[in-house]
Amino acid sequence: MNFLRIRELVRKEFIQLFRDKRNRPILIMAPLIQILIFGYVVNFDITSIRVALLNLSRTVESRTIVDAFSANHMFQIINVVNDPKEMEDLLLRGKVDIGIKIGPDLSRKIRRGETAEIQILADGTVSNMTAIRVSYVMTVMERLNRQFLRDLYPVQMTYGRIDGRLRTWYNPNLYSRHFFVPGIVAFIVMLISLLFTSMAVIKEKEGGTMEQLIVTPMKPYELIMGKTIPYIIISLIQMICVLVFAVYWFELPIRGSLPLFFLAICLFLISTMGIGLFISTISATQQQAMMTTFFFIQPSFLLSGFVFPIANMPVVVQWLTYLNPFRYILVIIRGIFLKGVGMHVLWPQYVALTILGLAVFTAAVLRFHKRLD
Amino acid sequence: MNTSTNRQSGNSDAIQVKDLEKRFGKFVAVNKVTFSVRRGEIFGFLGSNGSGKSTTIRMLCGILTPTAGQGTVAGHDIFREPEEIKQSIGYMSQKFSLYEDLSPFENIRFYLGIYNVSPTLWAERISWVLDMTQLGDVRDRLTRELPQGWRQRLALGCALLHKPDILFLDEPTSGVDPLTRQHFWDFIRQLASQGITIFVTTHYMDEARHCERIVMINQGAIVAAGTPDEIIRKACPDKENADLNDAFITLMKN
Repeated sequence: MNFLRIRELVRKEFIQLFRDKRNRPILIMAPLIQILIFGYVVNFDITSIRVALLNLSRTVESRTIVDAFSANHMFQIINVVNDPKEMEDLLLRGKVDIGIKIGPDLSRKIRRGETAEIQILADGTVSNMTAIRVSYVMTVMERLNRQFLRDLYPVQMTYGRIDGRLRTWYNPNLYSRHFFVPGIVAFIVMLISLLFTSMAVIKEKEGGTMEQLIVTPMKPYELIMGKTIPYIIISLIQMICVLVFAVYWFELPIRGSLPLFFLAICLFLISTMGIGLFISTISATQQQAMMTTFFFIQPSFLLSGFVFPIANMPVVVQWLTYLNPFRYILVIIRGIFLKGVGMHVLWPQYVALTILGLAVFTAAVLRFHKRLD
Repeated sequence: MNTSTNRQSGNSDAIQVKDLEKRFGKFVAVNKVTFSVRRGEIFGFLGSNGSGKSTTIRMLCGILTPTAGQGTVAGHDIFREPEEIKQSIGYMSQKFSLYEDLSPFENIRFYLGIYNVSPTLWAERISWVLDMTQLGDVRDRLTRELPQGWRQRLALGCALLHKPDILFLDEPTSGVDPLTRQHFWDFIRQLASQGITIFVTTHYMDEARHCERIVMINQGAIVAAGTPDEIIRKACPDKENADLNDAFITLMKN
């Protein structure tokens, strides 16, 4: 290995990278925008539920129900309507999430010991959020039932009760931000390392400079190092920036070991650099390389468990995710940051990432050599 | 001019090939060619497109391994020592192939590193090349902004940084204006007089006039060899005032 040659290759790469003004926004803005989007915008947290109320009963009991909802900070009764049509209209327009309809015979039925029905209409377009909203409604109903029972039959109960004491670990406030932000750290590493590595090689081919390099004593692996080292450095710097931002701005906890995290990122980089090199061998122009990169990024984003749980995917697709390096780094990052676990739990992910990385990189390097001849 | 790299001793031929052959599957691209190039000579390698010309030059530059035959370039075996060959040759093609988004200085520095020239020699080599190519005043401009003739001088300068024994010029002057071309050939002759062997491929016959000796290749085989005059006389014995163009056309027809 020739140190001087690699040093000059790396230096040249950096000069070209920063001289091209088009690269600057990508290098600085892309990570920033990504983390802001996933920190603020992509958010499944439910902080308030908008309710339309149709009360046809107007009794003490119906008053109690309405009070129960307005007392709960989660519910905002933003519309009190007099007509079922009006409620339907509000749901259609997306002005409210939930419609509550109390029939005229509510009090009569309760007092007679019958079951009184309250109609809950929910906008199910965003299915998983609706499920959460409905479960909030049901919790309020549950509590009301117990209250009515006590009020109507004020007899001392002679038996005890079961109280489930819920403790949510790792993300106690269930911030979806804490679910997404660690993944962004890895996603940015993937995007930048993959795209820039393939572009850097293609640029030599497109500009005809590869032809000149081939007649020099430079070895293919020296060229590969010259093309990967700059982007490893840049990926790592960007990762650190994003990480600092995530920890200090979005208050992402770091419960596990940072060195272990860096090790995982380095293993992950072997895969992404390999894929980047591979893309450079199958593309003739920078445009093709860019398209191929996005064709790769899209499925690896979807099939990683970043947003959509792998367990919900069809079995065949689940097998596919095993080939996705992004899948493993996500488990590792979430494990280290949120759970604070170490190698004793994460070792299968590390092994998988290492094997996958070496396989991809070796294949890419072999293909790279072949294409140079 | 050179003391830092190894010159072959005893043998006066810069390039020697015997029965050199390259097959791609069943296709014979180069069919048993034999020729030699003397040291310090301007040697022309002529042929039309697809004649096996670039396959031969790739074998001589150590990029492509021959199928059969034998040969040495700058004293190194073309089968066993392609890396040593690459270190002792310079290569320039008609297509400008340096980095246009770097300055001449940065290009020079990059190739000094690639050719593993000791950094203690860099300052001297850089001023030598900038001086020789007359690019000292624009050393920090972007190469993209320079006129084509200047860029070509830079490419030539970068190919000479490691003081090669042999300079390969692959169609060096196509698309260059006549005046620049004249300067270019003056410069090449100057290099040859310093002992550098010049190996030129071209399909421009007026360019071939600058060569001391010529080999013509057609369909992978040598069809003529000798000085330009010898070739003309042999190919067109009946025609008066025949030039290389006539000879070329006659020879390529067969």
